[in-house]
Amino acid sequence: MIKLDSKIPQGPLADKWTSYKNNQKLVNPANKRKLDVIVVGTGLAGASAAASLGEMGFNVKNFCIQDSPRRAHSIAAQGGINAAKNYPNDGDSVFRLFFDTIKGGDYRAREANVHRLAEVANSIIDQCVAQGVPFAREYGGSLDNRSFGGAQVSRTFYAKGQTGQQLLLGAYQALMRQVNEGTVKLYTRNELVEIVMVDGKARGIISRDLVTGKTERHFGHAVVLATGGYGNTFFLSTNAMGSNVSAAIKAYKKGAAFANPCYAQIHPTCIPVHGEFQSKLTLMSESLRNDGRIWVPKKKEDAEAIRAGKKKASDLSEDERDYYLERRYPAFGNLVPRDVASRAAKERCDAGFGVGATGLAVYLDFASAINRLGEDTIRARYGNLFQMYEKIVDDNPYKEPMMIYPAIHYTMGGVWVDYELQTSVKGLFCLGEANFSDHGANRLGASALMQGLADGYFVLPYTIQNYLADDISTPRMTGDEKEFIEAEKAVNDKLEKLLAIKGKRSVDSIHKELGLVMWDFVGMARNKAGLEGAIEKIAAIKKEFQTNVFIPGTNDGMNIELEKAARLEDFITMGELMARDALNREESCGGHFREEYQTEEGEALRQDDKFAYVAAWEYKGEDQAPELNKEELIFENVELKQRNYK
Amino acid sequence: MEKTINLTLKVWRQANATAKGAFESYEVKNISTDSSFLEMLDILNEQLINENKEPVAFDHDCREGICGMCSLYVNGRPHGPDDEVTTCQLHMRKFKDGETITIEPWRSAGFPVIKDLIVNRNAFDSIIAAGGYVSVGTGGVPDGNAMPIPKVDADEAMDAASCIGCGACVAACKNGSAMLFVSAKVSQLALLPQGKVEAARRAKNMVAKMDELGFGNCTNTGACEVECPKGVSIANIARLNREYLKAKCLD
Ligand SMILES: Cc1cc2nc3c(=O)[nH]c(=O)nc-3n(C[C@H](O)[C@H](O)[C@H](O)COP(=O)(O)OP(=O)(O)OC[C@H]3O[C@@H](n4cnc5c(N)ncnc54)[C@H](O)[C@@H]3O)c2cc1C
Ligand code: SF4
Ligand code: FES
Repeated sequence: MIKLDSKIPQGPLADKWTSYKNNQKLVNPANKRKLDVIVVGTGLAGASAAASLGEMGFNVKNFCIQDSPRRAHSIAAQGGINAAKNYPNDGDSVFRLFFDTIKGGDYRAREANVHRLAEVANSIIDQCVAQGVPFAREYGGSLDNRSFGGAQVSRTFYAKGQTGQQLLLGAYQALMRQVNEGTVKLYTRNELVEIVMVDGKARGIISRDLVTGKTERHFGHAVVLATGGYGNTFFLSTNAMGSNVSAAIKAYKKGAAFANPCYAQIHPTCIPVHGEFQSKLTLMSESLRNDGRIWVPKKKEDAEAIRAGKKKASDLSEDERDYYLERRYPAFGNLVPRDVASRAAKERCDAGFGVGATGLAVYLDFASAINRLGEDTIRARYGNLFQMYEKIVDDNPYKEPMMIYPAIHYTMGGVWVDYELQTSVKGLFCLGEANFSDHGANRLGASALMQGLADGYFVLPYTIQNYLADDISTPRMTGDEKEFIEAEKAVNDKLEKLLAIKGKRSVDSIHKELGLVMWDFVGMARNKAGLEGAIEKIAAIKKEFQTNVFIPGTNDGMNIELEKAARLEDFITMGELMARDALNREESCGGHFREEYQTEEGEALRQDDKFAYVAAWEYKGEDQAPELNKEELIFENVELKQRNYK
Repeated sequence: MEKTINLTLKVWRQANATAKGAFESYEVKNISTDSSFLEMLDILNEQLINENKEPVAFDHDCREGICGMCSLYVNGRPHGPDDEVTTCQLHMRKFKDGETITIEPWRSAGFPVIKDLIVNRNAFDSIIAAGGYVSVGTGGVPDGNAMPIPKVDADEAMDAASCIGCGACVAACKNGSAMLFVSAKVSQLALLPQGKVEAARRAKNMVAKMDELGFGNCTNTGACEVECPKGVSIANIARLNREYLKAKCLD
């Protein structure tokens, strides 16, 4: 049993963070120099944390698997970042941002964490502007806002369709400034492959230089993981090809609880799958739902004619179209939260109204926006997204509506952390998408960027001091201690073992098989029998991997197949964990939809009396079922209701 | 209707940084013209693995044109025969049935080959570390709207900032110059009041680092702009030169 102490400060919700900061322990400048912090990951969370800790005077070692920190997956975020600035004077406030985030997460997140997130959000915008992030502006020179799903105010800041890129470059540049100052040492193309524990605390990592294939031993007084989400368990997702769950699984196997693994977000607006050679799915930003209207044909005959290529979207008149989101949810219309929009698309396609060659697509139509605002305005707002669509699909979205379908996009679950972002392993912290803390069962658009930067710039730099303050007299280790030597040997033995399997199947072919099982049974709609079957199927895939994978080459030098194989092993563990958690959670909430638990209208039905808790899974050994630990969620400031976007 | 094509690929293979590389030829069949160029390479690699051979190593990550990781020199053009795309956005409909496609890594003194089609672009990080930022720490900054910025400047800064650091400009340049890359960052920051303060110093330090790392001089051939997947304009180089001169005058 892991003791889950969330360490939520006492006092009224709005005072908790201030009172925490007033009472926490700090580390003085002379002592900071004596402390080493390992930060794994250079996405928004990792880069902002590494830069900030470097500025404060800690010795930081920062790792990433790409050739440059600037290429972390955060670079791909398109739409925007939320804050409660209330610049448009439309009624926004810190409380409203908090409330929308809690409600959007279907009441499955911790109030205190979410409120802190809403409190620091405004500082993020100020910070990024000061760094030279070129946010979109109005003619008067002030910052422009747009609206995103799940909110009735415009609170989203953006930089064209490349917000993640610009925010990440801001953090990356702050990081490179620290590299230049010598406070941060960068390790690129260098992968964490194990976490080293000494006397019950995380004290370092074993990493593998992906160019030479050599493992390295690194000491840190604390280790911070900011390694992103686990969407690629599904093989096909909107995540970058290299996004992986390995660091989180290493943490899990060292005793860090893994929270709410079944909460995965399916994004409603992605380019549909087009063939079995497909390697990833491309997101069309949610911001498009500001101006795009989603529809399918009203009549099945029309849908069939379109699928057969006998009719086009533009052949259908207005009253032959079913704008089903506007019909079902008049208050929020096309801007309902992602989980609601995704399920509604699946419902229409399953009922036979889908379009595209496969019937697994719906339209996202800009015709009325173009009529109202002109093509130039639409181009200025979404030009790069339209270009991206056209390059992939070979169809002009200014003329014909886009075709979209839901795809795996984001994972709300992650490594369990307390209020200080510390995992259940002492000295091991977790930030960004890799942790579970702020989004409950569903994340609202433009809130991941907000969370990653909040964690890295404004939360961890405080909370980690509360831990490190007790560590100022712990001398640096050399990496030659037996714990390091043993961990390194175990890693190399395992890699050699994988290479020795010499079976018949490529890593990707097995990963695709896992992905299909996940999509079919642990995807948008789940049920008991399907999940039980999935757990068996995943066990079979694990066996196939362990006995029949083929990895060419050796452990010397660069070996991409070996890297992928080691990551696939962890995705398999993750897949099983997701299925188990989904099976346990006998309710529907946010991104987790159990077919047995729905209202008559097909909306998600929570069971607050039984499941208002965080499911934190504890590793019990290879081939053993993990143990469930529960952290009760206590709501003192919001009333639990069925979400209503009608 | 789905169309498929057969191709011959001439691919640069090189075991590591010090090994001597050479072209190898491979056949791939029934490639859907809807697949992307990198998906075509995935198919080749699956084929090689099934023949117990080592797959071709190439860099990629986001596969949607934003991370700057993919970097192939296809039929003599960085990012291949389409305009304003990265290699990962290149689709097989740009190729003809029976065609031979030559695939090489970026070739430039500043970017040594690591393996097969993968090169080392750490030099770009070093150039940014030399000054490609605003010297501001976390916290204690003014409100985001404290300083109005004309929309035209913000938009122009955004265009320059859209550089993805892929290095195609260097690969396209006969002198192996990194001027387009450097000028994009210098311009973005010089256009914004937050970055203006250090503009001249930034230009000087970044150019000095670029020279030190073995990139060539710019002779205004304009090849970089043509091959840049993000349409970064060479007007930025003129702005860089102005800032650089300012710095020299101040010295
Ligand atoms: C296409 C797309 C669009 C999106 N758009 C938006 C949006 O508009 N607004 C929004 O709020 N959110 C958006 N999101 C979500 C958001 O981008 C991510 O949740 C967020 O960027 C994650 O940041 P991160 O820092 O936690 O992790 P990442 O950016 O994923 O970074 C992970 C880092 O960890 C490193 N790493 C991983 N494993 C290891 C290892 N074992 N060893 C060493 N290093 C490792 C990687 O190299 C990388 O540096 C989008 C996501 C996608 C896929
Ligand atoms: S300027 Fe263009 S070609 Fe050069 S690195 Fe930037 S995006 Fe690539
Ligand atoms: S793989 Fe990211 S730009 Fe091509």
